Amino acid sequence: MDINDLRSIVTVVSLLTFLGVVWWAYGVKGNKQRFEEAAMLPFTDEDADRAELGLDRNGQRKAS
Amino acid sequence: MSETQSTYNYKVVRQFAVMTVIWGIVGMLVGVIIAAQLVWPELNLGWLHFGRLRPLHTNAVIFAFGGCALFATSYYVVQRTCHARIFSDGLAAFTFWGWQLIIVLAAVTLPLGITSGKEYAELEWPIDILITLVWVAYAVVFFGTIAKRKVTHIYVANWFYGGFILAVALLHVVNSAAIPVSLTKSYSAYAGVQDAMVQWWYGHNAVGFFLTAGFLGMMYYFVPKQAGRPVYSYRLSVVHFWALIFTYMWAGPHHLHYTALPDWTQSVGMLFSLILLAPSWGGMINGVMTLSGAWHKLRDDPILKFLITSLSFYGMSTFEGPMMAIKTVNALSHYTDWTVGHVHSGALGWVAMVSIGAMYYLLPRLFGKPEMFSVKLITVHFWVATIGVVLYIASMWIAGVMQGLMWRAVNVDGTLTYSFVESVKASYPFWAIRFLGGLLFLSGMLIMAYNMAKTIAGGRSVDDARILVPAAHHA
Repeated sequence: MDINDLRSIVTVVSLLTFLGVVWWAYGVKGNKQRFEEAAMLPFTDEDADRAELGLDRNGQRKAS
Repeated sequence: MSETQSTYNYKVVRQFAVMTVIWGIVGMLVGVIIAAQLVWPELNLGWLHFGRLRPLHTNAVIFAFGGCALFATSYYVVQRTCHARIFSDGLAAFTFWGWQLIIVLAAVTLPLGITSGKEYAELEWPIDILITLVWVAYAVVFFGTIAKRKVTHIYVANWFYGGFILAVALLHVVNSAAIPVSLTKSYSAYAGVQDAMVQWWYGHNAVGFFLTAGFLGMMYYFVPKQAGRPVYSYRLSVVHFWALIFTYMWAGPHHLHYTALPDWTQSVGMLFSLILLAPSWGGMINGVMTLSGAWHKLRDDPILKFLITSLSFYGMSTFEGPMMAIKTVNALSHYTDWTVGHVHSGALGWVAMVSIGAMYYLLPRLFGKPEMFSVKLITVHFWVATIGVVLYIASMWIAGVMQGLMWRAVNVDGTLTYSFVESVKASYPFWAIRFLGGLLFLSGMLIMAYNMAKTIAGGRSVDDARILVPAAHHA
């Protein structure tokens, strides 16, 4: 096999991989909800946020 | 009952966050000194001359300042988005002290002239081995935390941090392969053009993974948090991640245009560099558009100003980079100050500004304060830094293009129009402006250090941030 055949194969496989990733991200129906859940992950532990900022459960500054 | 009694490990985050500011000042100070040495050559004293201090500057800002910012934010983000305490407090502490030791060793050996001579990989073999040990520990801590996560998904920021950790391990081990001849001297395991190619495969991926993928992880957590809304498109972030890490790996040859490197390899490097524009801009747009519908927040939130401006500089430098990788453009730009300007538009505008924004977000939270001691001073820092970057990169563009044009100018009889020293002389005013821009950026960091000290004073070390298992995930 010519080395140029190998180069062509690598290029085609790379393109297909990219299209596969795009399909996985945008095409697969079940993934939509997964990704929406994952996108909310930074906002799921607001208790720790309050502890960091020295706030109580109502978002008020703790009397110290 | 959804609460567990365990807490997040903020100690290691706090240590790395404080050292980020301190090493930032040290590294940028060395940068300002070498910028001054170019304007006033009499400042080149003893072993503190430009040739010795320049690698110290690059190592300090990339690995000490940038490295500490990456450690601090990755340890914070991975814990918070996995709802799990860091895997092994002991190993995490080892990465902190080990990394600080490496930085100190670099600061001692580089001015002494102990170097392997590979750009951004100058440290000699015993330090390289120490870096490998710390890095393996870092990977164990990071991926160990992901493995013990209490949630189903791995947040996209962690994908970027994880990609950065794995790629840097690979790059460091391959490029640092060397044959030691004494404790302080070794020779590369590669020879000739292969050595150059391995070096720039490493060099460009140091930019792509250390200075980009890791900081994109930072962007994907801190921009949504500070804006108070989820990232613009999570699906775009998935495509962004895979496209970016696949493409960056092949862009290195653009550092070796018109050298002994085979022509086809140069063309591959140029092509992949051009393709890189797409994932880079995809990521930038994803970050900026997160603010869509909440642009007013940009008006009075200086932390968001830092984060969003950093993305603008990221967009600028990732447009400029592919253009400079085109062979005919590179024929003009390479070896000139244009390259230096390009690097700093990325390093100061993108890397430093996104880190500064993230640190202003983190510091009060790690010391139990609702905000920094002075929010006004953050705004002052923002404008001082922005003016500094603009002065720096504008002067380097002008100087670089001028140098490129002067070097290639020929008379009708084919002789060179200018001698090299004439281009040096013409560059002086621009080097002075660059010095001023760097000085402004450094001043901003000093303002930050003052603000940080005042925030820490009277604060408490937050070690009671409890881990909450998210409602959707407990039975």
